[in-house]
Amino acid sequence: MGEEKNPGTEERPKWDNKVQYLLTCIGFAVGIGNLWRFPYLCQIYGGGAFLIPYLIALVFQGLPLLYLELAIGQRLRMGSIGVWKNISPMLGGVGIASMVVSFLVSMFYNTIIAWVLWYFFNSFQNPLPWSQCPLNANQTGYSSECEKSTSVNYFWYRETLNITEDIGISGSLQWWMVICLATAWCVIYICFIKGIDSMGKAVYVTATFPYLVLTIFLIRALTLPGATDGLVYLFTPDWEILKKPQVWLDAATQIFFSLSVAFGGLIAFSSYNAERNDCERDALVVGITNSATSLYGSIPIFSILGFKARTNFNTCLEQNILTLTNHFDIAERNMTVENYDQWFDYLNVTHPGDIASLPLRVCDLQNFLDQSASGTGLAFIVFTEAVLEMPGSQVWAVLFFVMLLSLGLSSMFGNVEGVLTPLQELKLVPKWLPHEVLTAIVCLVSFLIGLIFTLGSGNYWVEVFNAYVGSVPLLIIAFCEMVGVAYIYGMKTFSEDIYFMTGRRPNIYWKACWMVISPLMLLVVFVAYVALQAGTYPTYPAWNPNYENFPQTETKEYPKWVFGIIVALVVVPILSIPVVAVYNLIRCGMKKSNANVSGPNPYSNEAFEIETQERNTQSI
Amino acid sequence: MLGQKFQTSVRNIFFFFFFFFFFFFFASDAAEGFKVRLSIKTALGDNAYEWNRNQRFLFQAAIAFAMSHHLDLEFNVSNILVCDETPRVSFWFVVTSPDDPSRLVGKESVELAVRASRSRINNILLLNDATLEFIGVLPTLAAPVKPATPSWLIVFGVVIGIIGAGIVFLLVSTVVQKKRYVADCGLVPIVAIKSDNLSLILFGLHSSKENEVAEEEDDDEEAQMKRMAGNEGICNTSFSECDRNTQM
Repeated sequence: MGEEKNPGTEERPKWDNKVQYLLTCIGFAVGIGNLWRFPYLCQIYGGGAFLIPYLIALVFQGLPLLYLELAIGQRLRMGSIGVWKNISPMLGGVGIASMVVSFLVSMFYNTIIAWVLWYFFNSFQNPLPWSQCPLNANQTGYSSECEKSTSVNYFWYRETLNITEDIGISGSLQWWMVICLATAWCVIYICFIKGIDSMGKAVYVTATFPYLVLTIFLIRALTLPGATDGLVYLFTPDWEILKKPQVWLDAATQIFFSLSVAFGGLIAFSSYNAERNDCERDALVVGITNSATSLYGSIPIFSILGFKARTNFNTCLEQNILTLTNHFDIAERNMTVENYDQWFDYLNVTHPGDIASLPLRVCDLQNFLDQSASGTGLAFIVFTEAVLEMPGSQVWAVLFFVMLLSLGLSSMFGNVEGVLTPLQELKLVPKWLPHEVLTAIVCLVSFLIGLIFTLGSGNYWVEVFNAYVGSVPLLIIAFCEMVGVAYIYGMKTFSEDIYFMTGRRPNIYWKACWMVISPLMLLVVFVAYVALQAGTYPTYPAWNPNYENFPQTETKEYPKWVFGIIVALVVVPILSIPVVAVYNLIRCGMKKSNANVSGPNPYSNEAFEIETQERNTQSI
Repeated sequence: MLGQKFQTSVRNIFFFFFFFFFFFFFASDAAEGFKVRLSIKTALGDNAYEWNRNQRFLFQAAIAFAMSHHLDLEFNVSNILVCDETPRVSFWFVVTSPDDPSRLVGKESVELAVRASRSRINNILLLNDATLEFIGVLPTLAAPVKPATPSWLIVFGVVIGIIGAGIVFLLVSTVVQKKRYVADCGLVPIVAIKSDNLSLILFGLHSSKENEVAEEEDDDEEAQMKRMAGNEGICNTSFSECDRNTQM
């Protein structure tokens, strides 16, 4: 069966070569989360031991899902809406759900890119702006908010976000954030201006550059003092932790969200492929590269975190040394970091009262290593602080933020593609509207709605979107996809399709995963996720300078109206699945009753269809 | 004679006790003196100088200069009294009045004098605000340098300029390409099955006539020339760039 083309439609765009396609898929899967979520999970879940649940989840859940999406996209040669409508009209809602989720995710994800751009713009100064506290209003001392926390925290919370104390207090639009967001959308637009022609060229850079920078950081980080502390801390396995179910849940969710399935972007990308393309190998390549990148990236990250912990530890000791030297008037350089312990013991014996009265800090290297962070905290607070200590800070800061930019952009390509391709299939868009104008409209609308995230409370909203849009709806969509293909489309038909595309039928491992193991795992993950979330009322950490325990963040509960929005964000995307299914059921039911009345359809010569099916089976 | 000697010795003893009591009081009370702390090794590393009598003399001279400069009186090195030195290199000092060596200059005026000439004193001793500490005297904070245009705006301007230029260039090139396509084949890019050259010719001639009427105001010279060529001969589009992919 060849392609059916109506005279009047443009031919489907194609990838220039296989490498472009693979790089785009890898770029979509490998995102900022590989760097700032996986190492954190590795660290809190017992280092090397975490790799076991992670790899199990990859093999039994991630790879089958990936293969499924690439295969149906390539076979049916349509975006997510067209594909699911084709498989069964009742599943049409799955495509719409994917599109809505992609749209919502692309809005807040681009805000993160805007933040990265802001830091990138600010990295071209000497000294770096987050290294010093600014003076307060009457220039008698440093700003109190900055003194109590650190200059890095101050730069992130006050000068970048200008964050309010509560999600209910919106504040005003931060103009510098608005222009950074506009820049981010302009970058997306220029990469998408010619569809996948331009995006495919951009992806050569955005997908490969992070690996280059990671390698440079790896070489630099391994030579820093304290790097080994960080690596040992990261990879020391704690096998006991495997007994906690939370670990398995987090491993499964990490693999699932890391591979960027259920967005519709992968289906769209593979639909531009040639018909006979080995998508099994592609799926394996993309999946394994994604996990390998996570592992590879965690090495420099943790070397640098180890370096930071060691530096903080040394600074803490040196402060104590200064206090003691000044109090006891000991000669300079007599007490050093190396002999601090002996001096301290000696002084504690001879002058215990004095020692007790002095404001000495407790310096514990383990404590500093435990101060880990994930997410924006890792990139914009912990890492920027580490970069300050490295010689040549500006270079490292620029490299780091360009790497984050590339990672984020290549993921954004997939998200935006998951919006544009289905939009054209919905037939809502008039034919005379050129592709460039449609892309511009989508970018503009996303930018305008995304202005919410540039308000004073913007960071809190990003957290809301991140935690709720990018989690439960995706799980449901993926479950529906798998069940839809395995049972409604039929495993037999799907195996024949794969035989047509790759020349071999899927083996028992794939079939078992698609039919039983993966849907089961998805169901378990979904139920566990919901159970965990539903147990407690959702809270968020607020940055409140007036909080008594400042600089610690204050844990606040979401107000009722925000809770309502959260529920809406989870429900609205997946609402289309049951709605479309019910609508089609009703229509089918009406059609059936009509067909029984009218008799044989003079316009449908079913013989032709049987003939083409026979031809299909003969040709393969 | 003996009486005079007795008088001077009594006066000396009196001054001795006077100063002793003064030092005693201010060592424990710090009424009019300041404690100074130097961190020479931290500041200079390998080039650190040894703190000895001569360096102390230099310090006294610097303070004398500061006092003279601030109060406009003539202070001498002997007016600056240093005591209680420790291996840390920290000590106390008081300033006596040049007119009356038994009277100490008030703490406030010493503080103001030191603050006024702080950078000068620092430079004389090759130290800075952090390594030459006058306990109780707040250092003057250097305001961070703020350039007229924040530097991030400059980088932003460059980036957005490049992107804007790129967008404009790509859009214009797309529009130009579409116009050339229209003029080239005489067809709006709707792909139709072409089975033989005859139908090609028909399409070409027919549409180019329409184009001539419809696009009179087209001021693209290249397109006009191509249209003229199309009218004169056969528009053999087998070799044009209209179709990137061959239709099967």
